[in-house]
Amino acid sequence: MSPSDRYPERPQRVYFFGTCLIDLLYPEAGLAGMQLIRREGVEVLYPRDQTCCGQPAWNSGYRDEARSVAMRQIGCFPQPYPIVVPSGSCAGMMRHQYPRLFQGSPEQETALAFAARIFELTEFLVHVLKIDLQDLGAPVEVALHVSCAARRELQVADEHRVLLQQLEGVTLLEQQRAEECCGFGGTFAVKHPEISAAMVEEKCNAVVATGATRLVSGDCGCLMNINGHAQHRNEALQGQHIASFLWERTNAAER
Amino acid sequence: MNDARSNILKRLKEAGPGLPETAEQTPVPLARWSPAQRIERFSQRMESVRAEVHIVPDNGWIDLLKELVSEKGIGTLLYSPPTEYGSAIGAAWGTSDGPLRTLTGEIEEWQEQLFSDIDAALTSTHAAIAETGTLVLWPDSAEPRTFSLVPPIHIALLKAERIFDTFADLVAREQWQNGLPTNALLISGPSKSADIEQTLAYGVHGPVELIVLVLTEA
Amino acid sequence: MQQSVEFRGRSREALGNEQIRSNFRQAMDGLMSKRKASFPDQDELRRLRLRAAEIRANALLKLPELLERLEQRCHENGIQVHWAESTAEANAIVLGIMQRHDARLLIKGKSMVSEEMELNHYLEAHGIECLESDLGEYILQLAGEPPSHIVAPAIHKSRQQIAQLFRQKFPDIPYSEDVDTLTRSARTILRRKFNQAPVGLSGVNFAVAETGTICLVENEGNGRMCTTVPPVHIAVTGIEKVVEHLADIPPLLSLLPRSATGQHITTYFNMISSPRKPGERDGPQEVHLVLLDNGRSRIYQDQELIQTLRCIRCGACMNHCPVYARIGGHAYGTTIPGPIGSILEPQKAGLDRLGDLPTASTLCGACAEVCPVKIPIPDLLNRLRFERVRSDGDNLTPGQGSQRHGWEPTVWRAWSWLHAHPLVYRLGTRIASRLRWLQPRRLGNWSRVRSTPRVASRTLHELAAKNGFNDE
Repeated sequence: MSPSDRYPERPQRVYFFGTCLIDLLYPEAGLAGMQLIRREGVEVLYPRDQTCCGQPAWNSGYRDEARSVAMRQIGCFPQPYPIVVPSGSCAGMMRHQYPRLFQGSPEQETALAFAARIFELTEFLVHVLKIDLQDLGAPVEVALHVSCAARRELQVADEHRVLLQQLEGVTLLEQQRAEECCGFGGTFAVKHPEISAAMVEEKCNAVVATGATRLVSGDCGCLMNINGHAQHRNEALQGQHIASFLWERTNAAER
Repeated sequence: MNDARSNILKRLKEAGPGLPETAEQTPVPLARWSPAQRIERFSQRMESVRAEVHIVPDNGWIDLLKELVSEKGIGTLLYSPPTEYGSAIGAAWGTSDGPLRTLTGEIEEWQEQLFSDIDAALTSTHAAIAETGTLVLWPDSAEPRTFSLVPPIHIALLKAERIFDTFADLVAREQWQNGLPTNALLISGPSKSADIEQTLAYGVHGPVELIVLVLTEA
Repeated sequence: MQQSVEFRGRSREALGNEQIRSNFRQAMDGLMSKRKASFPDQDELRRLRLRAAEIRANALLKLPELLERLEQRCHENGIQVHWAESTAEANAIVLGIMQRHDARLLIKGKSMVSEEMELNHYLEAHGIECLESDLGEYILQLAGEPPSHIVAPAIHKSRQQIAQLFRQKFPDIPYSEDVDTLTRSARTILRRKFNQAPVGLSGVNFAVAETGTICLVENEGNGRMCTTVPPVHIAVTGIEKVVEHLADIPPLLSLLPRSATGQHITTYFNMISSPRKPGERDGPQEVHLVLLDNGRSRIYQDQELIQTLRCIRCGACMNHCPVYARIGGHAYGTTIPGPIGSILEPQKAGLDRLGDLPTASTLCGACAEVCPVKIPIPDLLNRLRFERVRSDGDNLTPGQGSQRHGWEPTVWRAWSWLHAHPLVYRLGTRIASRLRWLQPRRLGNWSRVRSTPRVASRTLHELAAKNGFNDE
């Protein structure tokens, strides 16, 4: 599917799906995402009944449990507006896994139509809003971590880069094995903590080796993992969601 | 084991995989080269895997062969007289046989000799593939399979016009599905292994050296 | 045979072994960059993968018919075809052939199916010597270890370790850590055996139904030796390796070596269509083809899991797997390790025994991205995670539901209830943000290597409302 088929014209209104992780732990990232969209003249609706996409249960094999949660989410977004998600992982779940989750069920058609309305935040900013960012910040060197879902399931790694490259003062530093997973993987980190620890250690080494003190990612799960490990090691590295980073650098009031 | 056969087939047939028929065949464009490019590509690919390639006019290869034999200190060279090149080779060292050796009868009669007494073997080739730098051999009663396998050096004669662009092209043009020999072989370089620390070592079980003489029209 | 109950213990052990970790890391980095360099044309790669996936899907679709055609063509060509439902039956077939020829030595080319059969062990119990001739497999046989990678079996060993092994086994050969010298020693030892062995055994990379042809991919020449010099050749294969047409071979051959090691083609591609014909002067007088099921026809019955059987055993999924790169192949405890092993082996041996394997992945998708036949490995891992805890089984996958125990199902039910009740959820998250000073400082294993994430003082639900982002 070419981008022009995949992406709609700029809408008047969008829904925002904040994700459970952002809701509880990183609300400023969600808020920044909504503010970026609103600044482009698009009304952002945040349905109050949203909770979680259901991915944790889905990836743990608890399909019935995932389905009932997913069904509730679908019900939260009744109008045909696009739904923007500030996470590759959750957007991937809703766009690519919901059709599998509801396959053969009476809700299959509904789920398919719903999935087609899901957009990850960076792709929405780049392809639908065609955003043009004016950098107001001081020069800074950053490293980027693109989540595996954003990179492979949604294929929006380039969109992350495009946005950062719009910022004049930002220099993107490249890391070794950038495309390798950071090792979180949801319940994987619980079931196989040592393997997960070995992965995040090497990921953190690679990021630190770039010399960047800022780490940007489109997924708070990865940030919680990589940044959490960096903090544990007392590294100077500071992780931030790409929405917060973009908002902070382009919003005059924040200066 | 007829039970096994019918049980397995029964399970497979009952399952009737319920997959949609995949009539689709995604086209894969095949590389195309001119005759000169084919020789170049073939040689470059062969050399990249440590084969030795000599491009030689078809009236000059006997001299080159003799040079190679003395240069490499090949004491015994196996060849097959009843082939296109057999009589030319047989006459190459004049009245004495020099290094030339022949083997008659079936492997049971000469296996020992082949494993212990032959330094190099010369064979013709059925064709070659430019894309991957590959020789195609269709061993036959004149030139058995082991000739290109057991001796430490394999010298192959290849007519330049028998170099095809790709394997797919060769199989399609010659309609291989209508008749394959007992053994069809693709050979791309000397025997090698990277089983120790990913480090390439040559001459593991097959020939240590592969020398290709590409014969062009004089 | 395969006990992966100890997967966690073995993976922990491997993680603690610096040598193993650095050997694998280096090797996998090398294999990944070589693969990448061998596919400079992304459009060609895309088309080849689509084509290869179609070829394999088509072959599976027609599998019973193709197996019958293969058998028919082989029969016409003089190749004897045997069918085995289990590894025990396959072993007995091989033993029977050996006994009929009064053969005491079997020389083997690389074959993962013979590993699956544990053929060496079986034949040795019957007084028959089995000798691995692939250099990597030979090294492992000397060491008494199983392969740790399907393409590069001894990849976990350093040259020093191999040199020590040779010194121990062959005290007469001068000690050397030089790869060429080690290789030459193996060549000399194995040549004598090739010259003596009455029976050779090989695996099968592709079996062509249309022509009754066995195709073998290799670099060393030992595969050719095993299939050419001994008077009898036995090829063992899983029933899924068949393809319909000879024209299916070039695209598969174009992908297999590049995906595996980044080579454009292997040194040898060996196509065997019959035993020695009258007038021919070498080649085996008998060729046998053993078709092994061992659970494959059961996997075949599931419309989704059948995709497992498309595999052409290139190993690219393990080369690119961040989990495999850290723990290596032995930790899996199965014939085939890595991502493909984690979907294939539990379906054969049962989720009760190998139930951990589908969980040993972050579902990062690196495997599916490089798979030459486009097996959706993460989807199938996800499916097996479902199978291992599902309560309403169809009894197709062995060990279904066996991992459903303890608190886990209750926890997920509670989790699901909470997230399906928005009011309760909002109240709960709001309370959590207000009482965040009560939050535990440590969260089990998570906090052993990471700081504990802190609940924010306000939820996004609250911030959204406060900043004018309305409900509708």
